[in-house]
Formats: sequence, structure tokens, C-alpha cells
Amino acid sequence: MSGQRTESTGSTDSTHSPAATEVTEAVVGTGLPNAASIPTSVGTWISDGWITTRRNLIKIKRVPDILVFTTLQPIMFVLLFTYIYSGVITIPGSSYTEFIMAGIFAQTVVFGSTYSGSAMAQDLKDGIIDRFRTLPMSPSAVLIGRTNGDLCINALSMVVMMLTGLIVGWRINSSFWEGVAGVALLLLFAYAFSWVMAFVGMSVRSPEVINNVAFLILFPLTFISNAFVPAETLPPVLQTIAEYNPVSALVQAARELFGNVPPGAPVGDAWTQQYPIATVLIGVAVMLGVFVPLCIRKFVRISSH
Amino acid sequence: MSFIQIEGLVKIYRPKGADPVHALDGVDLDVRQGTVRGLLGPNGAGKTTMVKALTTLIKPDAGHATIDGIDVVRDAHRIRPIIGVSGQYAAVDENLTGFENLEMVGRLYHLGAKASKRRAQELIDAFELTEAQNRPVKGFSGGMRRRIDLAGAIFSRPPVLFLDEPTTGLDPRSRLGMWDVITSLVSEGTTVLLTTQYLEEADRLADDISVIDGGKLIAEGTADELKAQIGGQQIELTLMDAADGSVAGEILRRHGEAQPHVGGDGRELSVGVREGPLALERVLGELNAAGIRLHDAGMRRPTLDDVFLKLTGHSAGGEEEQDGEVES
Repeated sequence: MSGQRTESTGSTDSTHSPAATEVTEAVVGTGLPNAASIPTSVGTWISDGWITTRRNLIKIKRVPDILVFTTLQPIMFVLLFTYIYSGVITIPGSSYTEFIMAGIFAQTVVFGSTYSGSAMAQDLKDGIIDRFRTLPMSPSAVLIGRTNGDLCINALSMVVMMLTGLIVGWRINSSFWEGVAGVALLLLFAYAFSWVMAFVGMSVRSPEVINNVAFLILFPLTFISNAFVPAETLPPVLQTIAEYNPVSALVQAARELFGNVPPGAPVGDAWTQQYPIATVLIGVAVMLGVFVPLCIRKFVRISSH
Repeated sequence: MSFIQIEGLVKIYRPKGADPVHALDGVDLDVRQGTVRGLLGPNGAGKTTMVKALTTLIKPDAGHATIDGIDVVRDAHRIRPIIGVSGQYAAVDENLTGFENLEMVGRLYHLGAKASKRRAQELIDAFELTEAQNRPVKGFSGGMRRRIDLAGAIFSRPPVLFLDEPTTGLDPRSRLGMWDVITSLVSEGTTVLLTTQYLEEADRLADDISVIDGGKLIAEGTADELKAQIGGQQIELTLMDAADGSVAGEILRRHGEAQPHVGGDGRELSVGVREGPLALERVLGELNAAGIRLHDAGMRRPTLDDVFLKLTGHSAGGEEEQDGEVES
């Protein structure tokens, strides 16, 4: 019986053969100057990083959810917090709007960094990591492209939030360059955190789990901080946590650089609150120093399924 | 001349809280340049593990493998430029268009922007995806995804191509189309290692076939050689009444070379025999004398399915057997 089947497929074959001839021609190919090369130079490293970054930028363009989430949600937060709580929470010497903006910036960019986690997990699930790993490309390129993608999403969110903030009365009271430094510091912290999340994503391997766990961990982390209320107003235990919370350092650093700290406002005793900018920079160095090598080590060993 | 050389390859997976799985248990394999080697086996036999080890995706625990003399573990960076891989699951970016997917592959082979675009277009046209080329892959059918994936695998015209179950999950029409594509690829002298669980596919595409089961090679040869291994011919009977099965089976057992295989609700019986026509005549005579009525009776050359049944004691395609396979 199966002998007959083989014969019948043989006859169907002839109806397909025009395409087959074209494929043969394509395999021989006219469009290739030379064989693929082994990546050796800084040039190919930069090129590979750019190609994978572009891949993630196209994704932002094609998947409307990401764009909506990264632009509308920050606007919603700015409006909700400033209009709902500004009557309840008073910040001596300043307005709640001035106070809250750095907190919303920090929370938004930290959440923006979680895309690297779910996207790496999704890539593993889809099997495209296997494709990348069999190509003669730089082993760090996929991760660089991924974290660059988060950086772009976060930069876009920052622009949207800052414009919304300016409309509702937030101002940068420092100099132009301090303002730039504030934005840069927020994005830098988030970029480093993207590498942490990329590692988590490759370890957990489930985009859904990443999203849920990120939500469960990052919501308390950003709320038990000085982001939305002054840390002094928190109960003692939470106050201690808030003072050493890296998010608090980031928020405090951003407030200082934007000139949003009211004169005479109390500053926590913790070193992390006394020197928030240095704390953030050290945190960034530690995250990158530990997780960039860990991520690359993990990447060259993983395989889907 | 062997182009792919594999000696004593071992890969053991150690899942947490479960017994270690010997996915590859000391496999030796030689593939001559310009030939197609079919790696045939059921799910869980170790086929994908083999492809992953050869394409630098996983490190084997023991043994070694070379492609064109290059060690796949030690010199993985020198292997990647000369191989093309099309995995069991189409490795494409859902959000990129067909064209963008292929262009990206070209750029990551470092072929340059212009050459990558030209080559991507060439492949899109050859694989009859021109109409869909500017739509995100998300909306592609399974067959179209596979074609994009295969186009990515041959993008740089690699001398070695690994195809891991290239037609699994495709409808019959797409499968035929895929076979045509693969046939034309190999006519160009590309060395191919192809895994499949379809006997028909291996028979059709491969020059040589290696049968793998439980991480071990259990047979090797051309399709004809493998068929010859299990004896000359097969007698196949279809009974009118399954109740006659035991009597008919007994008659077949006496004239056959092994226990008859029973299938199709107990109505279909088959057995390998030596002197085919003579044996058939005798079997029919005895069946007639026993008053057993036949729906159909005949003789055929053995298929690879018979080979698999003989070698492993279970069929290659059946789902139930596959489950047993993973456990062993």
C-alpha cells in the first residue's frame, strides 16, 4: 500500500517542478558576493547590535499594545496621582505635582525594563534564539539589541511623561544640563535593570510568569519607597526599607537633579539617601558588572525546547 | 569522503527530580560529502539532540564531532559560517515581515546591506512568497513559515544543511512542496542531515538512512538495504471477519519468518516470508481449506515501517509507542 503512495507522490511532484527549478537557481544564487565571514572586529559587533536593535524597534512599531502601554499609562499615572492625591498629600515648600513626577518617572522606567525579561522568554519559546545561536554573529548582540529596545521604549515614555508633567504644572527648577543628567540617570538605571530582567527571562523561560512576577515584586518595590509619599510619613519598618530601597535612591537623585526637592525638606539618614546620585551610579555599575557577563554566559548555552 | 564525522556522541539530560535521560548514547555516524543522510526515529529518539549538538546549540557530554574537519565544540565559531539550520519549529520573528526576517539573517551572516536585500528577494521569489513578503510573519500559514525558515537556513548557501523534521505539522500539500524544495537543494551538492519520523520521507529524500531509537543507532544503510535486512517480501491479508484472526495468524506464522503483525481492528495481518509467491500460494490454500474468507490478499516489498517494527519491536509512527519510548 505504501509503495503505491510513494509512486503517487512521485507523479504529483512533476506539477511542482517549475518552483523547484527556481529554488535550485536561488540556491546557486546570484546575489552573494562571498561566503559568510566569522565575526572578529568591533565593526561586526556594532553591526550585529544594530541589526538586533532594529528588530526590536520594528516590534514597537508593529505591536500597538507596547506603544499604548508605554505612552498612555504614564499619562494616566501623571493625571491620576496629581489630581487625586495633590489635595490629600501636602509637601511643605513645594507642590505634590513637583514631588510626584520623579516617582512616576522612576516607576515607569523600572517597569519598562521588564520587557527584556518577557521578550527573551518569548524568543526562547518561539525558537528564534536557536536561529540566532547558529548564525556567525556576536554572542552578545541579541541581548544588546533587546536592552536597547527597552531603552528606546523608556526614552519614549520619558518624553511623553515630561510633556504631560509640564502641562499639569511640573517644572525643572535646576539648570538645563542638570535636567538632562536627571533624565540620563533614570534611563541608565533602567537600562542596567533590563540586563537583570533579561537574565531572569532566560532563566524562567515563560513570558507570562515574568510579567506576573515582575508585577508582584516591582509594585511593592516602587511603592515602599519615597516615590509617591515622603518616606518620613511611612510606618517605621517600611520607612527603613524605603530608605535603603534602590528605587528611593533613584527617585531622590532625580528630584535633586530636576530641582524638585523643596528647600529644608528632611533627608533620610541612610547613606543611600544622603548621596543618592552616587548610590544610583554604584547600583548601575554592579548590575551591569554582574549581569552582562551572566547574561552572555547564559545565552551561549541556552536552547529552546 | 566523510564530511560530517561523529564518534561516540553522548548527551545526557538531567531533569530535576527525574531520572537522567540518555538522549544520545554513544552514536557514531559518517556522512559523505554531497549526500543526504536521513536520521529516522520516533519522538524522543534523540534526533533533535543530534542536530543541536552538531549545530553548536548544545555541548555533548562525551564523544566528538567534526564537520569538514572542524570540531563542533572547540571551534563552534568556525562551524557557524558553514552550516544552515532549519529546526523543528520555524525560527522566525513573528513581528517582522517575511522579507525583513530574511534580510536580518543575511545581515547577521555579515553579507552586507545590499547583498542581503538582493539575496532575500531572490529567496522570497524562489519560495513563492512574493505576494506575502511585506506582511508580518504572524499572519503566515505553517507552510509559509517553514519556507521562510528554510530560506533563512540556505541564505548563505552553506555547504552543510541540517533539517530537523522539516515537514512535521504540515498538511500533505505543503509537505509535497517542501519535498520538492529539499530535492532541488540537494541536487546542488549540499550535504544534508535530515531528521524525520516519516519513513516515506526518508525513503524519498535520503541517500542513506540511519535508524535511531533511544539515543542509539540501531541500523544503517540505503532504504533498499534496510528493507532487505528483514527478509524478502511481505504477505498481507485483510480478513472479512476479525474472528478468523487467530486461525489466520497461526497459518501465517507457520509460513512466515516471524510473528505476524496484526493491525486494522484485527482484520489486517502481515508477515515477512522467504520465497514469496510459493508461500502466498500455500497460505491461500490453507486459508481456503480452513474456510476463512478474505477481503484482500497480496504480496509487497517491505516498507521502512516494517524495518522499524522488526528492529525496535514497535512502529515508528504510533503515538502510544512514542510515549513508551520516552520512558525507556
